[in-house]
Amino acid sequence: MSVLPQDIEKIINSSYEHGFVTDIDADTVPAGLDEAVIRLISSKKQEPQWMLDYRLKAFAHWQTLTGPVWAHLNIAPIDYQAISYYSAPKSKADGPKSLDEIDPQLLETYKKLGIPLEEQKALAGIAVDAVFDSVSVATTFRTKLHEAGVIFCSMSEAIREYPELVQQHLGSVVPYKDNFFACLNAAVFTDGTFVYIPEGVRCPMELSTYFRINEAKTGQFERTLIVAEKGSYVSYLEGCTAPMRDENQLHAAVVELIAMEDAQIKYSTVQNWYPGDTHGRGGIYNFVTKRGDCRGDRSRISWTQVETGSAITWKYPSCILRGNDSTGEFYSVAVTRGKQQADTGTKMIHLGRNTKSTIVSKGISAGEGQNTYRGLVRMSPRAENARNHTQCDSLLIGDQCGAHTFPYIEVRNPSADVEHEATTSKISEDQLFYCRQRGLSEEDAVSMIVNGFCKEVFNQLPMEFAVEAQKLLSVTLEGAVG
Amino acid sequence: MLQITDLHAAIDNKPILLGLNLTVNAGEVHAIMGPNASGKSTLSHVLAGKDGYEVTQGSIVYKGQNLLELPTEERARQGIFLAMQYPVELPGVNNMVFLRESLNAIRRARGESDIDAVAFLRLVKEKARLVHLDEKLLKRSVNTGFSGGEKKRNEILQMALLEPALAILDETDSGLDIDALRVVAEGVNALRSPQRAMIVVTHYQRLLDYIEPDYVHVLANGKIIRSGTKQLARELEEKGYGWITGGAAA
Repeated sequence: MSVLPQDIEKIINSSYEHGFVTDIDADTVPAGLDEAVIRLISSKKQEPQWMLDYRLKAFAHWQTLTGPVWAHLNIAPIDYQAISYYSAPKSKADGPKSLDEIDPQLLETYKKLGIPLEEQKALAGIAVDAVFDSVSVATTFRTKLHEAGVIFCSMSEAIREYPELVQQHLGSVVPYKDNFFACLNAAVFTDGTFVYIPEGVRCPMELSTYFRINEAKTGQFERTLIVAEKGSYVSYLEGCTAPMRDENQLHAAVVELIAMEDAQIKYSTVQNWYPGDTHGRGGIYNFVTKRGDCRGDRSRISWTQVETGSAITWKYPSCILRGNDSTGEFYSVAVTRGKQQADTGTKMIHLGRNTKSTIVSKGISAGEGQNTYRGLVRMSPRAENARNHTQCDSLLIGDQCGAHTFPYIEVRNPSADVEHEATTSKISEDQLFYCRQRGLSEEDAVSMIVNGFCKEVFNQLPMEFAVEAQKLLSVTLEGAVG
Repeated sequence: MLQITDLHAAIDNKPILLGLNLTVNAGEVHAIMGPNASGKSTLSHVLAGKDGYEVTQGSIVYKGQNLLELPTEERARQGIFLAMQYPVELPGVNNMVFLRESLNAIRRARGESDIDAVAFLRLVKEKARLVHLDEKLLKRSVNTGFSGGEKKRNEILQMALLEPALAILDETDSGLDIDALRVVAEGVNALRSPQRAMIVVTHYQRLLDYIEPDYVHVLANGKIIRSGTKQLARELEEKGYGWITGGAAA
């Protein structure tokens, strides 16, 4: 018929905005994975023995595993020996002390991404720990956070400077044996972010990390650990982009959150990795394990994600509701277009009494995109009066895309209350006609309808991020209409 | 303002309009009546530029330009407004936001600046009173969960807000009870002006008791087969369409 096939054409043909490559000398380990590579990574990062031992244990276990095949994804076989597991910008060897010492090209890259690295921009209230490939190169606002007692640093630094905290918590939410990709990450992770909020502290600013995969053929395996002690609060923002590359790049991150009694962690992600070209060549394979542990009573963990990039997304930010009266939330917008595939959702594991969880998932498929929601709600025998509400909506643009929903519900306590609502809708030609008849362009009409569809999730994002997410969505669906 | 000459239009290769002629001047209200499947909605949709219709012959000149060359949104921006028979729902799209975006798109086309928030709020409330639309509906998603009457009133509200040069009301009376009909008609009458033309498409004469047309046209088998004054509508009501079409009454 009329507009929609062209729309899809346009979506497919619109190019990736962040597809520039930064030309800097990098210190890259040759491709391949064996014990020697792991020892090399560990020694380059001057890690203590226990860390190396942990990596080696994980590697030994990983060799016994095979990749998961249950996801609704069509993945070409991955050659793990063809990937380089370590890449660091060379200038890091001397250790930059301030922004002036940082490779100007690197700063230029960040500027293109719109990261507020300059101090005056950071004054807006965002402290940034920028991860460029594998090494954290700049950290702002450390001092102010330090005064509040908050630790916000790269994982490598944390391992060196706060070994007891890291040793105590690392792997306590996502053990290395958890799954194939988490296990690989435990063996080869190169950097990431560590956040520690002491008892009773409300983190004075939004913490933010931008990840960016730059080096060709490098996997990025970052590791994030956030610990919120009793009665503390932190909001953490994570944004991701990657330059354009022909070959697929692997991204297998692990994020662990720990919330003690009355603590609250809000974790927001805007993911815009390179999705591959029109033929499905290239693009990021995003296999991420994210899990939060509501360890203490009345603790609360919220995941909010806006996923517009990656060739393949395999990601289930989850909550273990261990503490009584604890709350887990998952708000998600996932967009697939072109040949993108996403299999994403959450797990809410209710262990404690009066635990509550909310799941709001919005999947948008355009072009030949495939979008799958996969979620588990488990009410364990001692989860008295546990409650869950799940809402799962899919929006289709065009007639070659797909939306799939796989909700798993396990209830082992009769007092539990579980609700599941799901809808599937399509942007209809009648809707577009209606909007255009009122003077709106097709593009504005689609953007308005899509933003309306995602509103519940965007409302959960911190203000600046919500605006960014809306813009990103418009850019993603740009050319969706003539 | 509008000259339709020998208009032939088809949908899915099926000819619907077969040589329709109509001239509408500023300040006039024309009623188009006709039995089911006579092409009434096709005419409305072709004027508004809905996709899927193919004009195979004839011309439409609007304000001196070839209307058929303009995309839908451009026609809207130049003052053509269609009050739909079945207004669609836009879940999640706030009615106020929709109204403001729409008004601004049209203001920009007129070379005016965007309306400021306070002025817009005042304006929309004033217009909502005109059509007795509950203000609560302004805060809801566009048409979502609205009753039939509320949807139609929302259409007239948009018309009042956008101040079109040519308003087309496509079976606005369908699905309305007599009270709702009166409210909608009052709203429409308030918008009558020497600068504005209206085309009221309807199956029944009932609506014309409230909106008095200057001209009445009977559309059957894709052509206007009779034109007259409102007296024609009365006769139609009494005698049925079979009286003119010669065939079975619709």
